[in-house]
Amino acid sequence: MDELLQVIGISKEFPGVKALSGVDFSLRAGEVHALIGENGAGKSTLMKILTGIHKADAGELLLKGKPYLPQTPKYAQQNGISMIYQEFNLIPDLTVAENIYLSREPRRFYNLLIDDAKMNRETQALLDSLNLQIKPTSKIYDLSVAEKQMVEIAKALVEKSDILILDEPTSALSENEVQKLFSIIRMLCKQGVAIIYISHRMEELSEIADRVTVMRDGRHIETANWADVTIPKLISLMVGRSITDQYPERNVAPGDVVFEANGMTNQKLKNVSLQVRSGEVLGIAGLMGAGRTEFVRAIFGADRIQAGQLIKNGSPIRVKNPVDAVRHKLAYLPEDRKKDGLMLDLEVDTNILAASLSSYATWGVVNEKKCREVVEEKINDLAIKTPSPRQIVQYLSGGNQQKVLIGRWLCRDSEVIIFDEPTRGIDVGAKYEVYCLINELAAAGAAIIMISSEMPEILGMSDRILVMCEGKVTGELSRSEATQERILSMASNLAINLSEN
Amino acid sequence: MSRSSLLKNMSNNTKQTMTVVIALLVLMVVFSIASPYFLQTNNLMTIGLQTSITCITGYGLTFVLIAGAVDLSVGSCIAFTGVMCALLIQAGLSPSLAVVMTLLIGGLVGFLNAVMVTKMRMPPFIATLGALMALRGLALAITEAKPVFIDVPNFKLLAQYRLFGVIPLPVIYMLALGLLASFLLRKTVIGRNVFAVGSNEEAARLSGISVFKIQIFVYVFSGVMASVAGIILASRVTSGQPAIASGYEANAIAAAVIGGTSMRGGHGSIIGTIFGALILGVLMNGLNLMNISQNWQMFATGIVVIFAVYIDKLRSMQGV
Repeated sequence: MDELLQVIGISKEFPGVKALSGVDFSLRAGEVHALIGENGAGKSTLMKILTGIHKADAGELLLKGKPYLPQTPKYAQQNGISMIYQEFNLIPDLTVAENIYLSREPRRFYNLLIDDAKMNRETQALLDSLNLQIKPTSKIYDLSVAEKQMVEIAKALVEKSDILILDEPTSALSENEVQKLFSIIRMLCKQGVAIIYISHRMEELSEIADRVTVMRDGRHIETANWADVTIPKLISLMVGRSITDQYPERNVAPGDVVFEANGMTNQKLKNVSLQVRSGEVLGIAGLMGAGRTEFVRAIFGADRIQAGQLIKNGSPIRVKNPVDAVRHKLAYLPEDRKKDGLMLDLEVDTNILAASLSSYATWGVVNEKKCREVVEEKINDLAIKTPSPRQIVQYLSGGNQQKVLIGRWLCRDSEVIIFDEPTRGIDVGAKYEVYCLINELAAAGAAIIMISSEMPEILGMSDRILVMCEGKVTGELSRSEATQERILSMASNLAINLSEN
Repeated sequence: MSRSSLLKNMSNNTKQTMTVVIALLVLMVVFSIASPYFLQTNNLMTIGLQTSITCITGYGLTFVLIAGAVDLSVGSCIAFTGVMCALLIQAGLSPSLAVVMTLLIGGLVGFLNAVMVTKMRMPPFIATLGALMALRGLALAITEAKPVFIDVPNFKLLAQYRLFGVIPLPVIYMLALGLLASFLLRKTVIGRNVFAVGSNEEAARLSGISVFKIQIFVYVFSGVMASVAGIILASRVTSGQPAIASGYEANAIAAAVIGGTSMRGGHGSIIGTIFGALILGVLMNGLNLMNISQNWQMFATGIVVIFAVYIDKLRSMQGV
């Protein structure tokens, strides 16, 4: 078959790290080629070489049989290779059309003015061809995450890309948005576009991938047709060992109800309630925009509420802001760790101590020795991989960053712990560790509230599942009742309403 | 131990401070060659005296900048508090009571800045720019733009007395307040939380840190430091001068930034600010001795500041 792109023996070294050693890779026109591997396996480095951000130390690239030496991302784009990053590169204050045509706007009047009419017309045609219900004149900040993603893809298509690289494209998408993305991907493939699809989500890859390449420690491990491999086999290739259980066993019977939120109401929430027992993991499922994050933020005092009451250990508590929440031993691990959780440019120890510094102080003066002990203890207990407590936290892997946040709340002996997408962007091995930690916290008597958009995670971890839709709770399922289908049908009231309209 | 591993084992803060110290030493060597007068005790004390104002104001700015905000009002605040101090003494208050009142006024100015930034959600740059103009206007209005003379002999000793006949008292204030500021910033809960808020305000808020309290703290501290500078200046010129200290906010910000405090928040140190202020002081003094005009001194200072901000930018691009 036609090889659109060939990567032959590419090596790349960064100071102190051998990022890629002799990697081979090939891509055919019209295929979806999954690229998998744990964080640090070299996937992103390889993609950065393809898109001209890094230069390879050794090896060769062939594009349509001809040597290809990308110098800059612009050069890569001109040669038909575009990458869509996990973090979008859209300008919120500009419209969809302005973003898509940024720096190549159609001109009129001696090239001095931007031809808005033409730009909007062409954008409309492009969006129509992708079956997208987005207006060219909408501002980016009014779009949902899924819509932004589609705009990114549309933007890449204006470049007439032959090769589209998608990095974890579904991490912010809900189930039916994923399906929409997949139908667009299939359409593009029919037109001969080749897709490199980087993801940790095996279930989704099963649906979309034609071939798969596994990388580990900067090496090419295996390339195969997706149909010829099994998921356990791929996972063992990725981690270099076999993982028997994806979700660890938990053998604690939940105790009494320790925390209740009743009738929480604000712009995004309509009279939402929950109860959680000590030792219990309560999962909250729902589609993107169902109000799950808004619900827990309201509980934590991070967003204002118009009505609602919290009850802890039988007595009402007042939580006006996160300061109150923390005092009542609530903890919140936000979905966007980097934006809302970590002080990225500060050290591991500072991050661990952020919620509890005053507990290790007398008269407002910090007890350094005590702090050092506590930090050491958390690093050991949680097996946080860091060269030192003074390491800047942004250099840790996603899994270790999440452990740092867990450590932060362990310092407060939190009794109600809210995890919002606890394993987003974390690789397979580290996911398992996070699950074990959640179970240990529950076993120690904490009440756990866990939001997740990954169906297997919700099913594998929760004792009980609340399903939300449009700012309301639309169902509750016990572990034994819960199936993917039942959750989806409860979660997708929204989709039904929309199609009726 | 080889040199490279020695460098590796130093924290980034230490490395930064080392760079500033080396820059200061180089400047001093150059000027001592250029002028035989430069290294004489008397001249060094003059540098100390001149540096003290920038440095003390710079402590406040260091706090505010680390918290991720900025305070442009300090220059005007120096003039306003100096005038207030003079008026209070003229009104018959004892110098010591007048000084305490003036410090409180400085704190109040900082508090109002903080309220604008937190409760009224104004961008720090705009809010304190407004305060810069308002305070200068107020200082000029209540004095009808005329100096307010202080004829209490004790008061001028505050800045003019020399310890052992050599060290001007403001140099002592500078060092003592430096110790205090460094202690507050590095050893107390509230000081440590300043870094957390400056690095990521939302993450700090969601960790249960009261961002409001932190911002009140840094602005009040900045206001009090400006009023200390106001009192010192008033004592040096034995009057409250409504037009004095114009543009001093730039010196204070420059001292902090040269000393490694980040304009993006989350990073900085008091020791760095001291050396930053010394670099500015030495530069101006040395150029003075070499008979280079005020205008060119200002130009040189500007270049140093631009260079320091560029270094800060390089650091952030390396992700350090």
